[in-house]
Amino acid sequence: MALALSSGEQVGAGGNRSQLTTARIRAAWLFLSPMLIALAVVAAWPLARTFWLGFTDANLSDLSQSQFIGFENFYAVYDGEAYGLLVDPEWWNAVGNTLYFTVVSVALETVFGLVIALVLHANFKGRGLVRTAVLIPWAIPTIVSARMWGWMLHDQFGVINAALMTLGIIDTPIAWTANPDTAMWAVIIVDVWKTTPFMALLILAGLQMLPNDIYEAAKVDGVGPVRVFFRVTLPLLRPAIVVAVVFRALDALRIFDLIYVLTSNSTDTMSMSVYTKQQLIDFQEMGYGSAAATLLFMIVAFMTVITLIAGKLRFDGEGER
Amino acid sequence: MADVTLRSVKKSFGKTAVIHGVDLVINQGELVVFVGPSGCGKSTLLRLIAGLEDISGGDILIGGEVVNNRSPKDRQIAMVFQSYALYPHMSVFQNMSFGLQLSRHSKQEIKEKVHEVAKVLELTDLLERKPKQLSGGQRQRVAIGRAIVRNPRVFLFDEPLSNLDAALRVQMRIEIAKLHREMGATMVYVTHDQVEAMTLADRIVVLSAGRIEQVGAPLELYHKPCNKFVAGFIGSPKMNFMRGTLMEAGSQTTTVKLDAGPVITVGVDSSGAAVGSAVTVGIRPEHILVDQNSSLELPLEVIEELGESHFLYAPLSTGEMLTIQGRGDTTLAAGSAIRIQFPEEHCHLFDADGKAFARTASAKAEEQFDFRTLTTQQ
Repeated sequence: MALALSSGEQVGAGGNRSQLTTARIRAAWLFLSPMLIALAVVAAWPLARTFWLGFTDANLSDLSQSQFIGFENFYAVYDGEAYGLLVDPEWWNAVGNTLYFTVVSVALETVFGLVIALVLHANFKGRGLVRTAVLIPWAIPTIVSARMWGWMLHDQFGVINAALMTLGIIDTPIAWTANPDTAMWAVIIVDVWKTTPFMALLILAGLQMLPNDIYEAAKVDGVGPVRVFFRVTLPLLRPAIVVAVVFRALDALRIFDLIYVLTSNSTDTMSMSVYTKQQLIDFQEMGYGSAAATLLFMIVAFMTVITLIAGKLRFDGEGER
Repeated sequence: MADVTLRSVKKSFGKTAVIHGVDLVINQGELVVFVGPSGCGKSTLLRLIAGLEDISGGDILIGGEVVNNRSPKDRQIAMVFQSYALYPHMSVFQNMSFGLQLSRHSKQEIKEKVHEVAKVLELTDLLERKPKQLSGGQRQRVAIGRAIVRNPRVFLFDEPLSNLDAALRVQMRIEIAKLHREMGATMVYVTHDQVEAMTLADRIVVLSAGRIEQVGAPLELYHKPCNKFVAGFIGSPKMNFMRGTLMEAGSQTTTVKLDAGPVITVGVDSSGAAVGSAVTVGIRPEHILVDQNSSLELPLEVIEELGESHFLYAPLSTGEMLTIQGRGDTTLAAGSAIRIQFPEEHCHLFDADGKAFARTASAKAEEQFDFRTLTTQQ
């Protein structure tokens, strides 16, 4: 679309737009319109509707009775006391949980993904088989793997407690998903288990793009493998890693299914999405929940912009060095 | 600087043997060029010397020491790759100094060394640039610079100029020749471009299907190819080959009846060869004479004018297409007929196995060639 418009502008500035250009722009719009309509219906409209509902006192039981109340869902003061999302400790707890989860799980996934990608990149017998095997956790639907891990982590019947007790590492079973000290880590471990293959695959694709000859040049130059990794592979791989991290971080910021299935509405692990769902469905506070959804959207959008800018800045900085 | 010795070096990839026992001595300070058609194993042989591939048999010696099991860095060689193989994220300076940083040089020493080499290669102004900001020729100079700063015992070049355009290639060729003369370094140079081979080499090694066909100085290969393969490979356009039968053997001249009809005399020593055996006569396009008094008349099918020279293409009655090269413009027209002759001192003769008979033509005859072609043109 940008291409069609800019070329149109150029010709327009010249004074006479040729018939061919006009036809091309019309064709471009024609091809783009189905996508634009689909996006408007499934993305733009629901988003706008959520934004709107966030400024009303709508209730799930009767949406027609909603009234515009301004910013009261976000912040309002009655009798000297502040109310609303921005001063709700539970909301900020959810934001904190989500950020903690995102940072830790994405960091672990990046490190493990990189290690696995490097192993899969090496030439060994049975590589195809290992590549397929590594992908299995990624292929299992989240609900299924969350249920599976829920059972494995079960305090009485779970295989993990049984194994740890047999080995003598712990002497009493741990309620992994219920215990406040372990609940978040249980969620992180399952998420790392599930999404590391995705990370590995993205990084592997990046690895395979790297030219082979510079490694031979490094060999001839007598540069050791560790130095080659940190001075050659990692810098060249950074664009691929940044893309993978952005993808994963955006995914992690709106985590819902895994946490909901593993730990339900526990405040120890509640994410922004779980909080929003609780307000919207469990408490039927359509207006308040929509306000939370709006904030969630803002935070994710903000993070995306920050990450993209940070990624770009670092490249430019390197160019100047 | 060091010499390099290959002793019946073999290499197979799985069950496929690609190098079948190569013996070669590369003297200290010599520039040896490996040439051959694609897939002949010339790059593989270079990579075996570099240590990027393991040999499957034989010995490789650098400076008199067997280096079969040494890693590339312990062989103290430097390699220049066809694709330059520069580190894309590093500046020119970093590219050239990366290999030095591990050895015991101090920062100051490295800086001086890099600047010194950069000056020779006219890279001083480009030291802070990234490879993608450089032209192809500049990149190749950086790659060569990276090799020089390491002060290796042997330089290995793997088709270093094939990614450059024609004009740059000539310029870089001259620079490499100059570098070699100034440094007196041992260099092994792989190329498929025979002009590079002829102009750069002290000695050329012609390879075919993993075997050495002939080793020799450029003009030796041109004038005295030891077999039909080398004769056809060295020289552009290719040598003309005509099948025939040996009529009369001799120690000074040999008479051959060409399958196409004419009986010609060839200046080779064929004493001992059986009369009636199948032979092939070879003559280079630049050596065939256009001569109005000759009895051999051929239809002239195609003319290619290059300005400084021209090519005439004329088929023999057997269908064998002859290429004839002449100086300057031609007054002949395609579709007409030409009369040609094959000067006996310029003819080569090969037996049924492709092995060349020794030529008896004196060096004097070779020198006369230019004069003769010029006079017949007028």
